[in-house]
Amino acid sequence: MRTRLTVATIVACAAVGVLAGSGAYTFVAAAGHSYLSNDPAVCVNCHIMREQYDGWRHASHHAVATCNDCHLPHDTLLHALFVKASNGWHHSVAFTTQDFAEPIRIKPGNAHVLEANCRRCHAVAVGEITAHGTLGVPSDPLQRADLYGCVRCHQGVGHGPTR
Amino acid sequence: MTTEPSPRRQTLRMLLVALSAAGATVLVMMLNANVATRKAEALQTSYMLVPLDETTVDPAVWGKNFPRQYDAYLRTADAYSTRYGGAGSDGMPKSRLAEDPRLVTIFDGYAFAIEFNQRQGHAHMLADQRTTRRVTERPQTGACLHCHASNTVAYREAGLRAGAGGGLADPFHSASAQAQLMAGFEAVCKLPYAEASSLVSHPVACIDCHDPQSMALRVTKPGFLRGVDDLARSAEPLPHLPSIETWRRGDRSRPYDPNRDASRQELRSMVCGQCHVEYYCGPKTTLFFPWSKGLKVEQIEQHYAEYRFPDGSPFTDWTHARTGAPVLKAQHPEFEMWSQGIHARSGVSCADCHMPYKREGAIKISDHHVRSPLLDVARSCQTCHRFPEEELLARVTTIQDRTKALMDRAEDALVALIDDLQAARTAGLEGPALQTALGLQRQSQWRVDFVNAENSMGFHAPQEAARILAEAIDLARQGQLALPRGK
Repeated sequence: MRTRLTVATIVACAAVGVLAGSGAYTFVAAAGHSYLSNDPAVCVNCHIMREQYDGWRHASHHAVATCNDCHLPHDTLLHALFVKASNGWHHSVAFTTQDFAEPIRIKPGNAHVLEANCRRCHAVAVGEITAHGTLGVPSDPLQRADLYGCVRCHQGVGHGPTR
Repeated sequence: MTTEPSPRRQTLRMLLVALSAAGATVLVMMLNANVATRKAEALQTSYMLVPLDETTVDPAVWGKNFPRQYDAYLRTADAYSTRYGGAGSDGMPKSRLAEDPRLVTIFDGYAFAIEFNQRQGHAHMLADQRTTRRVTERPQTGACLHCHASNTVAYREAGLRAGAGGGLADPFHSASAQAQLMAGFEAVCKLPYAEASSLVSHPVACIDCHDPQSMALRVTKPGFLRGVDDLARSAEPLPHLPSIETWRRGDRSRPYDPNRDASRQELRSMVCGQCHVEYYCGPKTTLFFPWSKGLKVEQIEQHYAEYRFPDGSPFTDWTHARTGAPVLKAQHPEFEMWSQGIHARSGVSCADCHMPYKREGAIKISDHHVRSPLLDVARSCQTCHRFPEEELLARVTTIQDRTKALMDRAEDALVALIDDLQAARTAGLEGPALQTALGLQRQSQWRVDFVNAENSMGFHAPQEAARILAEAIDLARQGQLALPRGK
């Protein structure tokens, strides 16, 4: 009786150990730790955002803003971590399963974050413009969010010319 | 509830934990393999399995090194159709003449009145040319093959036979290779079609646009190399081809050479402009691009007006059978029309829309299935225009429908002039009034055909297409007014 229990426990412990080990290995191999950094090069880890990254390097905001400055909220740390985690999850699933529409486009939730960040830095300049409401980032998830707000006209400031 | 679970149950639990951990490990390892695959894809996008050099014409050999591009290239054989193009399904008549009988009147006396079909993909270009009644029933020359076959190597071989120095192994950009190319081009253009056709065996192939070592884009067709130098020497502003503007500011000691001077982005249009242009390819002289004044319809017309064939006769493509007018036939002036449009001015190349980037795994390549952007609106248009597909398609449809409506009116006007001219000649009219009307037929016909032969139904430059058609209508009606009334 005693012996049987020990064998089962050892097997279970070994299996959990293998899982932990292979999980850690995969995490390191996929450079999982890099996602906690602020380095824009991280965003081309999966190769999909190469155009956006290359464009950003040639665009006007290159000198003053990284990916996280525009694409993560800056109100609370918790909110920032949540947005980062949910984007990370969605991007990982999409790239691993290779199931997503191209050209890739921003979704309403992220567009809200982006718009808030435009206004966070440019508040003095655009205060008059936005004083009577937002520029209209849609809450309707069916609406394509990049058709509204600051980037509708200032399309090239983040990722450069779109050609 | 304080009783210990039975040992058997505890064992079962532990085994369950082990099993779950094992299952999760399998998933983790699958993810690991996936990550490794994507990383490997990004590291090396091609494998050189077979050596390629300046003699490798067969695209299947190139395809061993570049299977993704080759697979897409093969798909240009697919049947397709759009609202105004393609010889695919959708019940569209394959014959343009059956679809629009006015063309039989407009082209009367010319081979295009015998057979004129909807376009097909690149893969069909050589077979279609060899079998069209324009070629089987009318004598044609080897000039036709300039744009319907992979002929870089065939030209150089013919050049060597014609006495040019060096060998096939010389790099394409070397002086000797260029001399071979030009000598062979002159020789092959003079051959009867059947004889010239036996020298080639593939439709446009990898080597016509790519350097076999570096894969860099390059222009290889002699007509373009000569024509673009003429264009560079013209006074026409060319803001969409900045390397020409740069060359003009230099001392002009060397000819403008796209392979040395043009940027990669310009070459992404120029390689298409090797063939998708207006040119003369008849028997009276070597094929040439009429670009010495510029790329606009009236500038090309002016080039032809000043041109004299080697025998001293004025330029004409054929004499109209019903009216006797010396008329012009437009080929497929896509490069010229694109040059007048907003996309060219914004730096958008042919390949940006007709060969948009696509992704396979972590690899990004340009789609070598060259085709209408209307068949892939998402990748072609939405990269820059972030609007719904239906909206983008509707914009294109509006432009094309309007162009078609104008073109219908222009063709009606031209046919009316031809009818009047025929009646006037039957009535025995001679003299300046007749000559004026015949000249106006030539001008009107040239403009109608410039839009009709151009493959975009006005989209490449909507305003320019409308301007040309408006002139065509006016010129045809002026021709009618020039004839004496009451005949």
